[in-house]
Amino acid sequence: MRISVVTFPGSNCDYDTYRVCKSRGHQTKLIWHKDSDLEKPDLVILPGGFSYGDYLRCGALARFSPIVHEVIAFARKGGLLVGICNGFQILTECGLLPGTLMMNENLHFICQHQYIRVETEASPFTQGIGKGKVMDIPIAHKEGNYYIDPEGLKQLIANDQILFRYCDKQGNINIASNPNGSLDNIAGICNKQRNILGMMPHPERSATETVPTKDGRWIFAAIENALE
Amino acid sequence: MLKAKIYVQLKANVLDPQGKAVTNSLHNLGYTDVIETRISKYIEMSFRNDNREKVSQEVEKICQDLLANPNTETYQYEIISEE
Repeated sequence: MRISVVTFPGSNCDYDTYRVCKSRGHQTKLIWHKDSDLEKPDLVILPGGFSYGDYLRCGALARFSPIVHEVIAFARKGGLLVGICNGFQILTECGLLPGTLMMNENLHFICQHQYIRVETEASPFTQGIGKGKVMDIPIAHKEGNYYIDPEGLKQLIANDQILFRYCDKQGNINIASNPNGSLDNIAGICNKQRNILGMMPHPERSATETVPTKDGRWIFAAIENALE
Repeated sequence: MLKAKIYVQLKANVLDPQGKAVTNSLHNLGYTDVIETRISKYIEMSFRNDNREKVSQEVEKICQDLLANPNTETYQYEIISEE
């Protein structure tokens, strides 16, 4: 498949993401944020990092990059779009996903292995992984504390939009297994139309032979199956 | 010259971990009367336009379009004249 990974000024996971996509045999392009052509992708990934230095609010300024108009148009037409970490923050700031990523409850930058649980298979990003599957996918962020108002949370639950929750090794979801204070242990969500994923954990950091955990590959494999 | 003084604050029902940490520190310093601290952003903006109404409308839009995240933040501002 054709994958476009967008590089913003301050992105720092773009090349990792690019490498993982390439290693899986996909025709992958790095697209500079000032470009206006996504180059006909099947999948667009907004990678992690610190676009625009996290100035004002994380992800708030990236939406003024020229390429983001194309990304929004692509997603509105049903194209598959994934935002990882800072990419997730950008998607909420663009209004493509509901809610906000706020500062972690303990105010720390947290960089660690993290278990997350697949909450639904009803998405191109999780189909085939198995509901309840526990995956070890690292997190690295200071603003990953997901917040949405009570009505919004009700909608997320009613529409089965919560794809991943933070959990422990056994899959238990509680305060102890919540690293950053996220509401309802939310680690990743999709939009109502189910073609846009935002997640704080980094699947691209756990998808090659060189790292100790490889669970991120489940997500790449799910997307590959969905697009086949 | 007109200047906007803009405050962007977390909504009252949104937890403010920074404010909480500051309150804890103040308690450690002995300021035990402090009940709550809320951290907000203060932004100053100068305008090349002396029409107060026009500037005010623009600041309103600026707050909505960029400065505040409507999910979690509210804003208020005042427009002042400056030499």
